Amino acid sequence: MTALFATDFFWETWPWWADTIFRLIFAIVAVLLPAGATVYLYLFKMVSFMQSRLGPMEAGPYGSMQLLAEVGKNLQKEDIFPARADRTVFAMAPYVVLLSTFLLAVVIPFGPEATFIDLDTGVYFALAVSSVSVIGILMAGWASASKYSLLGGLRAAGQLIAYELPLILAVVGVVIQAGTLNLQDIVTAQNQQEIFGWGAIGNPFILTQMLGFIIFLIAVQAELTQVPFDMPIAESELVSGYMTEYSGFRFLMFFIAEFATANIFAFLGATLFLGGWSVPPFLTDLLGIAWDSPIMNLVGPFVMLTKMLLLTFIFYWVRFTYPRFREDQLQKFAWKVLIPLSLMNIAITAVFKVVF
Amino acid sequence: MTAVSDRRQLAYIAAQAADARVNVELEAEGMTLNIGPQHPATHGTLRIVARLDGEQVIEADPIMGYMHRGYEKLAEVRTYPQVTTLINRIDWLGSFANEVPFILAAEQLMDIEAPPRAQHIRTILFEMARIANLTLFLGDMGVQLGAVTPVFYAFRDREHILNQIEAATGGRFHPNFDRIGGLKDDLPAGWVAETKESLGHITKFCNLMDDLLIGNEIFEARTRGIGVVPADVALSYGLSGANVRASGVDWDLRRDNPVGLAYDKVDWKVWTHPDGDSFARYWVRLQEVRESVKIVEQLLDTIPSGPIMAKVPRIIKVPEGEAYVETENPLGVMGYYVVSKGGLNPFRVKIRSASFSNMSITPWLLKGTYVPDVITILASLYFILGDIDR
Repeated sequence: MTALFATDFFWETWPWWADTIFRLIFAIVAVLLPAGATVYLYLFKMVSFMQSRLGPMEAGPYGSMQLLAEVGKNLQKEDIFPARADRTVFAMAPYVVLLSTFLLAVVIPFGPEATFIDLDTGVYFALAVSSVSVIGILMAGWASASKYSLLGGLRAAGQLIAYELPLILAVVGVVIQAGTLNLQDIVTAQNQQEIFGWGAIGNPFILTQMLGFIIFLIAVQAELTQVPFDMPIAESELVSGYMTEYSGFRFLMFFIAEFATANIFAFLGATLFLGGWSVPPFLTDLLGIAWDSPIMNLVGPFVMLTKMLLLTFIFYWVRFTYPRFREDQLQKFAWKVLIPLSLMNIAITAVFKVVF
Repeated sequence: MTAVSDRRQLAYIAAQAADARVNVELEAEGMTLNIGPQHPATHGTLRIVARLDGEQVIEADPIMGYMHRGYEKLAEVRTYPQVTTLINRIDWLGSFANEVPFILAAEQLMDIEAPPRAQHIRTILFEMARIANLTLFLGDMGVQLGAVTPVFYAFRDREHILNQIEAATGGRFHPNFDRIGGLKDDLPAGWVAETKESLGHITKFCNLMDDLLIGNEIFEARTRGIGVVPADVALSYGLSGANVRASGVDWDLRRDNPVGLAYDKVDWKVWTHPDGDSFARYWVRLQEVRESVKIVEQLLDTIPSGPIMAKVPRIIKVPEGEAYVETENPLGVMGYYVVSKGGLNPFRVKIRSASFSNMSITPWLLKGTYVPDVITILASLYFILGDIDR
């Protein structure tokens, strides 16, 4: 079998569409599998323990099949269109939101060669496509012909635009330090740079970009419209905002998009700040392999998964602890606190980059 | 009446300014938003019709009566002991507290006084009903502001109190335990010690809420200066209970007029707050739960011996006359005006429930606020729908 892969014959007869199908399946797995894992681990179980209850226990051992039950439930439900809804836009909105999630996943590297696309402007692309979801949310809010949805959609638009800026500015510090916009090269930089001449753990940018990392987490939380920034869906005020009128399959799409996007942002955060798919260099030195040896193509996804779970833990921890801001307080927080702080971070990083 | 603090005065001026601004913009085309009758923030079927300009409320109009059950009329065709089963369902979170003023009014008409032991246990159960009711408010305020976790702690810790109420009365929510002339039963064996233990959970819960909500910057930002009710406005709208005490009015019927209840035998304090905003209302209720725990603990140590039932005829006929008794219930002042024509059933019962009067301030209070603040204000005014629509 290995001999077959090694022959030129195999690669010449490898049809063009096989590669596409392989990538497609991997993309779906890369988006849906972590989403399911975090929803079960955090949304169902961790939160239940925080709230002194057990969570789902009946479906499967320890409730582990609950997610399948939920999906099945949503698939069975009637696909309701509100009477005065703009049907086309209403139907398209969940797909647009989900599209942004999949586009985001495209540039994340999972190993030295395990990438969907190795874009030179990976960071730029990721941050650009993450805003596509705003269009979907606005479409959903407007087309639902519901006042609650409209309020939710408009709140979402205002909020996502305000928090796009600190998100980008927080990442600029990393880009300056790595000297590249390519996500793969950012991972390389974190492994090959040293902190004050000590390179055993490489230079994961969380250490030098702590401020940027915190701003990134806050902005991502707002970008995901999670508590304390969940005004667009505010269950106790707007009754789920732009999602109010959705049911069944389309609601499921919003649900998947919400949690999958959380994971993809965590993947992005892990790549930018926690060293991406690589393990600390002293570990690979111990095993006697290069930090980017081909074996990392297999280990990398699991390393990423671990780092993603660490970051999403923080997201959900905050989500189920804090009350929510008011819309004007959120805008004040973005423009008066986060943006000046991230600009300061950029200035300091630039000075250090020039001096050292 | 206490002096008006600076912050409250500023907030009041701001509210007046908002009022004036709204009056100018009344001509503008607005959106009418129906909050309720089915909306998570209205805990039931309250409906608030809000005219919005953007997210600002120009005009808010509470519409009540979606759950009106006609208790005043129903009481007329029931005998006196049967009425308590009805009025248990008015404020369904602190049911025992609903029975007490009615029974006291009937006792006043019949010129019967419950024996000291019965009065004592009545007070204990009354305060436990208050704890059960307000504990849920303390957690629910978090949910209204977006923090879902506190309410689960509230449900968890309230269960200990409900268990004790159930152990003593047989009913978790609707005890129906109070009788004219005393109580249905004596306390079961070992109840006092168990209740003391369950009160420990409530003390811990209060400290937890102090950390989780009172000490949270976002909670403060969302509640401070929101829904400011000056003392004179509060009194003129007929607010009562913690809502009026949060505006700095030192008025508590438990201390000022403890008819037929044993409040004068314990050492406790009436808390007030000068600000009159949503934060003050939450804070006052938190202190009130702590005081209730103190009251119950002291009462448990000093239960007098003796009968729990006075001498009462088997068939209760109330002599002709009128009586009005009001007590300080968890939601505010609750009073029963009972008119008797000497028969088996009351001729007329008028129920003065706290939430109904508390809701009357909403059109004034919600004017000029934003949609998220509407939810904060409604939550902090704390109504139970059964108490509005009786």
